[in-house]
Amino acid sequence: MTATPAVKTFVIDGVDASARSEQTILSAAREHNIFIPTLCHLEGLSDVGACRLCLVEVKGARRLLPACTTRVEEGMEITCNSPRIAAYRQMTLQLLFAERNHVCAVCLANRHCELQSLATSLGMTHVEIPYRFPSLSVDISHERFTLDHNRCILCTRCIRVCSEIEGAHTWDLMGRGIQSRVITDLDQPWGESDTCTSCGKCVQVCPTGALFQKNRTGGQCCKDPSFLPYLRTMREEP
Amino acid sequence: MNEKKTLATTWLDGCSGCHMSLLDMDERLIDLSQQFDLVYCPLVDQKIFPPHVDITLIEGAIGNEEDLEKIHLIRERTRILVSLGDCAVTGNVSALRNPFGADAVLRRVYGEPTGTLAQVPKIGLPKLLSRVRPLHDYVHVDLFVPGCPPSADTIYTVLSELLAGRMPDLSSVAHFG
Repeated sequence: MTATPAVKTFVIDGVDASARSEQTILSAAREHNIFIPTLCHLEGLSDVGACRLCLVEVKGARRLLPACTTRVEEGMEITCNSPRIAAYRQMTLQLLFAERNHVCAVCLANRHCELQSLATSLGMTHVEIPYRFPSLSVDISHERFTLDHNRCILCTRCIRVCSEIEGAHTWDLMGRGIQSRVITDLDQPWGESDTCTSCGKCVQVCPTGALFQKNRTGGQCCKDPSFLPYLRTMREEP
Repeated sequence: MNEKKTLATTWLDGCSGCHMSLLDMDERLIDLSQQFDLVYCPLVDQKIFPPHVDITLIEGAIGNEEDLEKIHLIRERTRILVSLGDCAVTGNVSALRNPFGADAVLRRVYGEPTGTLAQVPKIGLPKLLSRVRPLHDYVHVDLFVPGCPPSADTIYTVLSELLAGRMPDLSSVAHFG
């Protein structure tokens, strides 16, 4: 019996390519400089396939597959960029914008927002889907940080960084479907959380203006998640 | 004789910032203005929207009954309708009231401290719609120019391309906010 080869070969956007067997389509694509948009993926965190922006076509698969949680397989034929994929990405992005109140002009993350810049890079000039304009709360109870549900896209980066890197697991997800929202502890005000260490990692990894530092004015909410791969390396985690 | 295109601009539920950005084109406006006749604009004295306009730039969202009436008339009389700026494209700041409702806004503006709507002017003010919505929720829009406001450079690209008879591709330059 032969051992499973550690390297898989496949075709990605018409190019013959190879990757280690544990690699995802997303990581293989990025190694080959093939663009796949993402919002929930972040280098240094586990992948959950929440945002659906990285959907790709795999020949033989009956549905589109998220590149961030699908591993490469021998002989796979992957299409990352096609008119069909582009249409789905536009639709996904539009759904994200229509779901809550993303008012870029008055957002703290204006010009520093991954959702906003993705709209530009994917060529989204307007949203066809009717905006929902939901009534959502803002939690200002924490001494240093604010949570604005209006800007949250439920990527769950805050939940994962808090659990996987900080080890506090203050954040979690509550409710289903359109009612889903991120919560601290058992849906208590953030400022009253017993588990939050006020480390601010969640704020740094948040791709939008949903989490931000207090005492900042518009456009000053720069995020820097680059500490993540560094932390993992220093801790000698894979 | 080279016929000049007719250009109209107006603002609905917006702050006029997009028109300020339009003026920020500075001396480029002088060159551009050779190529069009400005037939309707908040900055010129023309009360009625003229028939058969080639290009209309609309700033602002649809927030009240007058906006709604205007947008249908403008659409009817315009060949190329442009949503100029985030309010026209998304609702933006004008739509911040949507989660609370029109009554809450009127109460806040006219009703404090009593909290009643007794002081709301009944005559001469168009009725607020329950929700502020982008133009394309009501009429067909030919070009979307996001931005709060769109930069003078973006507006210059839009106008010079449209005047040259081309539809500008803003997909990689335009951004919200």
